[in-house]
Formats: sequence, C-alpha cells, structure tokens
Amino acid sequence: MSAVIEQHHDDHHGPAKGLMRWVFTTNHKDIGTMYLWFSFAMFLLGGSFALVIRAELFQPGLQIVQPEFFNQMTTMHGLIMVFGAVMPAFVGLANWLVPMMIGAPDMALPRMNNYSFWILPFAFTMLASTLFMEGGAPNFGWTFYAPLSTEYGPPSTTFFIFAVHLMGISSIMGSINVVVTILNMRAPGMTLMRMPLFVWTWLITAYLLIAVMPVLAGVVTMMLMDIHFGTAFFNAGGGGDPVLFQHIFWFFGHPEVYIMILPAFGVVSAIIPTFARKRLFGYASMVYATASIAFLSFIVWAHHMFTVGMPLAGELYFMYATMLIAVPTGVKVFNWVATMWKGSMTFETPMLFAIAFVVLFTIGGLSGLMLAIAPADFQYHDTYFVVAHFHYVLVPGSVFSIMAAVYYWIPKWTGNMYDETLGKVHFWLSFVGVNVLFFPQHFIGLAGMPRRIPDYALQFADYNMVSTVGAFLFGFSQLLFLFIVVKCVFGGKKATAQVWEGAHGLEWTIPSPAPYHTFSTPPKVDMSETHG
Amino acid sequence: MMTDNHVANSTTATTLKLAAVVVGMFGFGFALVPLYDLICDVTGLNGKTGDQYTVTSEQIVDEKRLVKIQFLANNNAGMSWEFRPEVRTMEVTPGQLNMTNFFVHNPANMAITAQAIPSVTPFRAARYLHKTECFCFEQQELQAGASLDMPLRFIVDASLPEDVTTLTLSYTIFDISDQLAAN
Repeated sequence: MSAVIEQHHDDHHGPAKGLMRWVFTTNHKDIGTMYLWFSFAMFLLGGSFALVIRAELFQPGLQIVQPEFFNQMTTMHGLIMVFGAVMPAFVGLANWLVPMMIGAPDMALPRMNNYSFWILPFAFTMLASTLFMEGGAPNFGWTFYAPLSTEYGPPSTTFFIFAVHLMGISSIMGSINVVVTILNMRAPGMTLMRMPLFVWTWLITAYLLIAVMPVLAGVVTMMLMDIHFGTAFFNAGGGGDPVLFQHIFWFFGHPEVYIMILPAFGVVSAIIPTFARKRLFGYASMVYATASIAFLSFIVWAHHMFTVGMPLAGELYFMYATMLIAVPTGVKVFNWVATMWKGSMTFETPMLFAIAFVVLFTIGGLSGLMLAIAPADFQYHDTYFVVAHFHYVLVPGSVFSIMAAVYYWIPKWTGNMYDETLGKVHFWLSFVGVNVLFFPQHFIGLAGMPRRIPDYALQFADYNMVSTVGAFLFGFSQLLFLFIVVKCVFGGKKATAQVWEGAHGLEWTIPSPAPYHTFSTPPKVDMSETHG
Repeated sequence: MMTDNHVANSTTATTLKLAAVVVGMFGFGFALVPLYDLICDVTGLNGKTGDQYTVTSEQIVDEKRLVKIQFLANNNAGMSWEFRPEVRTMEVTPGQLNMTNFFVHNPANMAITAQAIPSVTPFRAARYLHKTECFCFEQQELQAGASLDMPLRFIVDASLPEDVTTLTLSYTIFDISDQLAAN
C-alpha cells in the first residue's frame, strides 16, 4: 500500500498545549490514548479488588474481610473489569486504529467521541463511590439478579443503576461512531472485503453494542422503577416474575461476552500474519465466522439459566444452539493455526501474547462447551468451574489480546520500540501467573466449590492456595507492564514506519510516531497488497 | 472520490438510522415483558394458572381416573403470616368440582395485605387445572391477630395427559402492604 502524507499541513496544526488539550480534544489519537490509560487504571483497580478476594480465599475461614465486604468486592471486580477495563480498552484501540487502517482522517463524529470518553470517569467515580456509602457498595454480583438487587440490595443500588446508564450511553455513542466511520469514511479502494479484520470485528462488535446496550439500560430502568416507583416487573407478589429479569439480562449479557472477545479476534488476526510472515489464512471465512458468531449470540442466552426450570425442549434447543457456536469459533482457531503453518515465525512479545491467546482461549472455549451440555450444567452451575471458564476467555483471552495489541502498535503510537527483554519477561510472568491462577479453579469447581463465597470446605484448601499464589504473581506482573509502557513513551530505540518486517496495512505506511493528523488526503489503496 | 459534503450527508443519515435502532432496542427491552407473559400463557410454562374459570354444562367427567393433588403453602421472605392448607393431599376425579380451604393467621400487631401467587408442577399440567374460585384472584387484608379460611374451588380437566397422576399446586404469599402504601 502507498499513502500520501501531508507533512507540511501537520506541522502547524499540532495538539493544543496543557491539560485543556485532553479535556477538549476531538482527535481520535488523543481520545484513543485517554481510553487506554483509563482502561489501565480500571484494570489495576478491579485487579486490586480481585486480590482482596483471592487473599481472603488463600485459606478456609474468614481472615481478612467480612462476607458483606467480600460480596461487594466480587460485584465491583466484575463490573469494573467488564465495563471499565475490557470494553474501554477495545474502544481505545478502535479509536487509534480504525481511522488509520481505513485511511480516514479521524472518526466520523469527533465531538461525540470526546463526550463518550469523558462520561466514563464520571460513571466509574459514581460506581466506586458506593464503596464509601452507608450500607456499602452493590453486593449482588455483577449479574445483579432480581429480587436480590431490587428488594435486598443496599441503598447505593440507585447509584449503581445510574452508573450503568452512563456506561451504556458512552458505549452506544462510541459504537455509533465506529459504525459511521467504517461505513462512510473508508479511503477509495478500501472495499468492505479489503478491510483489515480488526476493522471487521469492530464493525460487528459495534452493531452488537448498539443492539444490546439499550436492553441493559432498559433492565436497569425496570429495576429503578421496582425500587422507587412501586412497579412490579420482577416482584412476584405484584404480578411480576424474577425469572423475567434473567431472560432480559442475558439477552443483553450473552452478546456482551462476544463484544468482549470479537475485537480480540481482530487483534490476533492482525498480529499472527505479521510474525508468521504470511497472509492471514481464510480471510473471507474469518469475516463470515465473525458475523455468524454475532448472530448466534442473540439466540443462546438461556444457556446461562439452565437451572431455572425450563422445559426439556428449551434445554435442548439452547444446548444445541450454543454448541453450534463452536463451529465458527473452530474455523477461526483453525485459520490462525493455518496462518502459522510453515510460516517464518519469530516470537516477539506481541506474537507470544497472540499465540498464548490462541491456546488459552481455546481452553476457555472447550470448558464453555462442557458448560453448554445442559444435563452436565446442573453440576457445574454456579461453581468455580464457571469462574475458571469465563476467566480463561476473558483474561488470557481478551486481556492478553489487548496487551498483544499494545506491544504491537505502541511503536506506532510513541515512535519508540518497547524494551523487548522486559516485554518477554512480562509475558512469561503473566502466562505462568494466569495459568497457576485459573487452572486449579477448574478442579475445585468440578469438586463442587460454589462461586461468590468468602469461606469454603477444607477439601478445597490446597487448590485455592495455589490459585491465590498465581493471582498475586499475575497481578504484580502488571506493574512491570506499566513500567514498560511508561519507559516506551519516554524513550527507546526509534521505530521505523513499518516497525515490523512482516507488517502490512495502511497504519504502517505513515511515520512513527503517527503524526497528529493523518490521511487528511485519502491514501490510494494498493489492490495487490490487501487482504481480499 | 466522495466530496466532503457527500460524506457529511451520509454521516448524518447513518447516525440517525443507528440512533433509531438504539431507541427501538430500548423499547424492545420493555416489550419483552408482555411478550414473556404471553409466551408463558400460551405454553403454560412457569406453572402459571389461568384466571377465573367458568364451568360449562358439557363438562366431561372421567369417572375411571383419580388424580392426586398436593397442596403447598409457602411464605415469601419477611412474611409473618401463618399459612397452611386445610388438607395436604386430595384424590380427585377429573371433571368434577372440588373444594378445599387454606388457613391464614396474622400474628403481627398491625394489619397486613397479602397476595398469593400460584404455581403448578409439572408445568405442562398447569393449563389443565381450572380454578372457579381462588383466594389468589384478589388481595387479602387481615387485621392484627385475625384468622381466615380462604376457599379454593377447582376442576382438573378430563383431558389431562394420561401420564400425569400427581399435580402439585403451590402458593407463595407475599406481603404487599408497602407496595400498596407506595402507590
């Protein structure tokens, strides 16, 4: 690909100076950076809550926190990691990369972009402030099932509801922006089937967000009305139904889990071809697989609620529909492996994280298939096996892909190479830590340890201790990640425009660091080098 | 190449379309509530029984069968009433009208209003249990210390599937005084 870069224009139109640059900026690169830093701050906050949980579970009995506070920790950990860490990190990556990958000068709606970021600090300040309120923070788990949340929740539940509303508004605005940018701002020649897979996966993710975040807003609004306005959506005594809550919640919740993994697929599909020095195997099948997963995500929600008392036909339908998702997901894993097959592979840090993603995400996917078996799920339901499953797809899945993306693109963002030795150390500490942390949870789950409890029977003690050791190893390794990123921002070996020998795509045609304004004139997309 | 004007127009158009989807999906979330009730009604899922049933003259009676009915009475959390069925089980002939009572006593020192919510197991039998009179059709208010025998009249439909030999009818009573006060 070749691109026209207008250096003369960029020179006298750089960023504003001082703090106000960040408050008022409409530049997609500034906003992307803010999203990524915000997400990292939330990752450390949610991670510290996780360490409180794991410290308490180090030994049986109550040592460090009381059960009430423990429940607040599990709830806040889940909410902050899902809505504060993983989702904003992917929005940050989309902000940085989507315009550069499709040859657009900026996002389509730059002012709205600024709003959608700046809502987040307020939303999460409100959510975190519930920890200091009378009655404590929300303590009903991140799934906030009614009537636990509506009738037995603390007074701070109302603040939680408004925080969720704000996060929803932010996500919806962000995803509208992504869709409009991708549909309207592609450079000439950048047809849909020539777009990099990261752009494709984000386009589909954005549609999922637009479809389900309003449903989440609806369900918390119903909660608000049940709590304060005497309605009975979820109150059986007033003619409502608590099971209805679970249906509406998981109608949002299941697409939500794909919202957190589809952009990860895009990241890995960018990194593996670069370091295998081959084109991505099966580009078109990747696009169709992503779209199939997104479609299936809307019709499988009740596999989260096999034990509510569904008729047999319902159990069977949701079981088979869920297992169907393994087909497009298997296509993706196959394609990544086929891309590496006979490639000239090198193992720089982004590639290490990407390969770990493929292996460990597949483990999480297989435990997901086990959970999809309705009769077996009655044994697994609400045990640590579920915790192990979704942490395998979210931590060495989504989170590893975000780290891989940061290592892969940070030379483009800062103009400096990160410290490769430290990067590899970070990878191996994280890789060992995450497996020591979550793998034993499969065993204690199968043995029957329930999730969301501060104390447990003695037979679970050994594996819990191992898991906690892994948690502290993984958690503190992330301070090394912070150090590596900061070191890279302030200096290091200068990066070339292409950065990686095998990298292809429009973002590698512009200088490193990427100028404040890029592609003010649309680049020409070279047909021979695109994916299609 | 698209002109700037063209890009601006299509941006607005796409944004408006997507905003309409957002509004629509917010509405869809609320539409799930009546939709859910409708699906439960049609399929009889959730063990929800129907509204008041009117006996017709051509009610078929199946003298050859006996169906066992079990009664359960539960209190929702925080509900202080004593609540129990007069009899635990009954053997009934499908098609015939049966009658029993549920006893309630309010031990609290204030009046409480209650609502009973029925549920039938197995779920698929729920639509064959017809109630001609039930205390669950209305709210019950009991003064402090008062007691009451609440009547239930029902017919088990003769077309009840052959393999269902036992029906469990469970009631949970909820204290709805606060909700009434709020409204």
